[in-house]
Amino acid sequence: MNQTLVAENVVKKYSSHLALDKVSVSVPEGCIFGLLGPNGAGKTTLIRIINQITAPDEGTVYINGEKLSRKHIAQIGYLPEERGLYKKMAVGEQALYLCQLKGMKKADAFRELKKWFEKFEIENWWNKKVEELSKGMQQKVQFITTILHKPKLLIFDEPFSGFDPINANLLKQEILELKRNGSTIIFSTHNMSSVEEICDYIALINKSKKILEGEVNTIRRDYAPDIYEVQYSGYFNKMIATLTSDYKILDVKEFEGGSKMSIELLNKEMTNNDIIARLTNFGNIESFQKALPSMNDIFIRVVNNTNSEQAQAQN
Amino acid sequence: MSKIGLIIGREYKTRVRKKSFIVMTILGPILFAALMVAPAILMRLEDDDFKNIAVIDETGMFDQYSLKNTKNLNFDFVSDKYFEGNYYNVSKAKTDLKDSDHFALLYIPINSLSSNNGSVQLFSYQQPNMGLKMHISNGIEKKAEELKLSKKAEELEITQKEIDNILMVANTSINVVTTTINDDGSEKESSTTVAMIIGYICGFLIYMFIFMYGSMVMNGVIEEKSNRIVEVIVSSVKPFQLMLGKIIGVALVGITQFVLWVMLTLGIVSVTYAVMQKDLSPAELNPQTQIMGSSLTDTTDVNTDDMAKFSEITQAMDSVNYVGLLLMFLFYFVGGYLLYAGMFAIAGSAVDNETDTQQFTLPITVPLILGIFVMLSAINNPDGSLAYWFSIIPFTSPIVMMVRIPFGVPFTDIIISMVLLVATFIAITWLAAKIYRVGILMYGKKTNYKELWKWLKYKN
Repeated sequence: MNQTLVAENVVKKYSSHLALDKVSVSVPEGCIFGLLGPNGAGKTTLIRIINQITAPDEGTVYINGEKLSRKHIAQIGYLPEERGLYKKMAVGEQALYLCQLKGMKKADAFRELKKWFEKFEIENWWNKKVEELSKGMQQKVQFITTILHKPKLLIFDEPFSGFDPINANLLKQEILELKRNGSTIIFSTHNMSSVEEICDYIALINKSKKILEGEVNTIRRDYAPDIYEVQYSGYFNKMIATLTSDYKILDVKEFEGGSKMSIELLNKEMTNNDIIARLTNFGNIESFQKALPSMNDIFIRVVNNTNSEQAQAQN
Repeated sequence: MSKIGLIIGREYKTRVRKKSFIVMTILGPILFAALMVAPAILMRLEDDDFKNIAVIDETGMFDQYSLKNTKNLNFDFVSDKYFEGNYYNVSKAKTDLKDSDHFALLYIPINSLSSNNGSVQLFSYQQPNMGLKMHISNGIEKKAEELKLSKKAEELEITQKEIDNILMVANTSINVVTTTINDDGSEKESSTTVAMIIGYICGFLIYMFIFMYGSMVMNGVIEEKSNRIVEVIVSSVKPFQLMLGKIIGVALVGITQFVLWVMLTLGIVSVTYAVMQKDLSPAELNPQTQIMGSSLTDTTDVNTDDMAKFSEITQAMDSVNYVGLLLMFLFYFVGGYLLYAGMFAIAGSAVDNETDTQQFTLPITVPLILGIFVMLSAINNPDGSLAYWFSIIPFTSPIVMMVRIPFGVPFTDIIISMVLLVATFIAITWLAAKIYRVGILMYGKKTNYKELWKWLKYKN
């Protein structure tokens, strides 16, 4: 698969600290790539390097195999976390200005803007001043100006912050639509449920270092090798279920009309069929599945692990 | 490059369309024009006030011609009314004045013309203005002189014509013309007063403009930073382009405003004068011919004195090279602005909101105010070493040099000053770009000078 963006051993030092320590990521074409990490991990620095707002001290960034240069600015759309518009300027004029700065011709920008304003049903905002719009409305305008020049690579830094649930959902749909149309999307977020929903790949950065990268489903499977969830309807014989050393019961939840049990497999020889065969003895199985940990769990686990490893190394 | 053009365009358009710009552009010239036209209008307003003046003339020598009635001034001879057998009852006339339509009572006593220092009395309930007093004394002096001269002519048995000839020959007026000699030997008539006034106005305007448009740059930077639009923009253009675009855009706004001010002020002033002149009587319009014709008798005549001064000023004003001065003004305005705009941009990029700017605007304010102080002393001694050095040092040169220029400045001084100004503004802009680049993306921490120094050393 083609890699839209490749960063190799990127290092960025500020006078007091190291913002990025030999970070390498590669973003395949046409995917949604989540850039995760706690606050201050270096995500925004990496994004600024990709946008050429700042330059790396070491390392190289490639876009479609070419070394990053000023001409790529027109191929990237960027919605920063800290975003805003000129408050006193009219919406339409401002959108035109921002698109022209990205290298669009005025007439093209005008035509495309009209299309998007119609799509979002905001044509009557054109001559309004930005300060007359609500924050959510401003975000819509901003989103349009970010994607209008049809960039191959889109970068959203915390795109959902500041959106109400309705607009956040609209934004999510638009992002998925952009992916279907062939754009590659990088987005940085703390919102782990949105990662599970829309990301194909992720990279996790903690304390200036990349500590995890890969396909979301692979990572989730890797981090939950032996945990299964089984749900019974009606009566479930918990007593007999505990009498084995092949697995360990982690949790049992009983509710009206059924129970749910999660187990960790200890006997690595057993196949899924073996387990199911065993579990059918205890009651009427309604569902059986391998439990995938949420990205949230993985995030916390990985970050805490690396932090404690570092702490040990220091001791 | 086209992106810088876009930025300049936005900065220019949004500012020129602002209400405050339009109001300033219109109000400024009205204010300037008012300052220039007001004295003339005030004089006209006084003139418009019609005055009827009662006259008791004991000498019997005067009539309405010798006192010169004008459109707004009428001399009403009431001598007969108050003649009571052997004397004129002046005190009754004074009492009557209150209820009459006379503005004042002029009493010309019998002995007022006999000596060389006579006096007449003017009674009124309101303080009469200088113009009226001068008008009366002129009229009476002239008549008295005529009378004395014709008496003398009779004694000497010569004709009036011969007397006139003698006076014509004796009539002397001395005017000290100041002329400055240029290095190349050419000479130019000049006036110290006019040079002082022009220099003062130019220096002060530059000071004002640098502050006005410099803070416009600073507030623009703060606006972009606090609106958080700056990161979107620097993902499309280089921070340097954004800063330069803003500085140039604002400079164009300044030049536009200046040009509009000059044009509108000239327009208003010339229209006002044209309207006023239409109202004036031919005599008022051209007092010089009137004086030439009738008052050959008096060399110390107030009017001729005034006229001499007036023509001296107009001559001196003509002697100033206005095109050159305007070009110099534009150069020092733009140069000084560019020098300080970079510093204002640094101040803007270092803070999150306008209230924190104070510590960073101090190094901008101090040299500018120093420039004003030096200007005030340089105006009295434009060739002194204080004026020289401060007109060479780039931070004060735009203000101080503008004061020296109307007095004439050696060519080499101007060149040195200009070259240094350009070099410094390039250096400051380069420095500003390095700090600005980092500053605009820094939020939430109080910045100090140590921090700025660190930013300066950041790579990219």
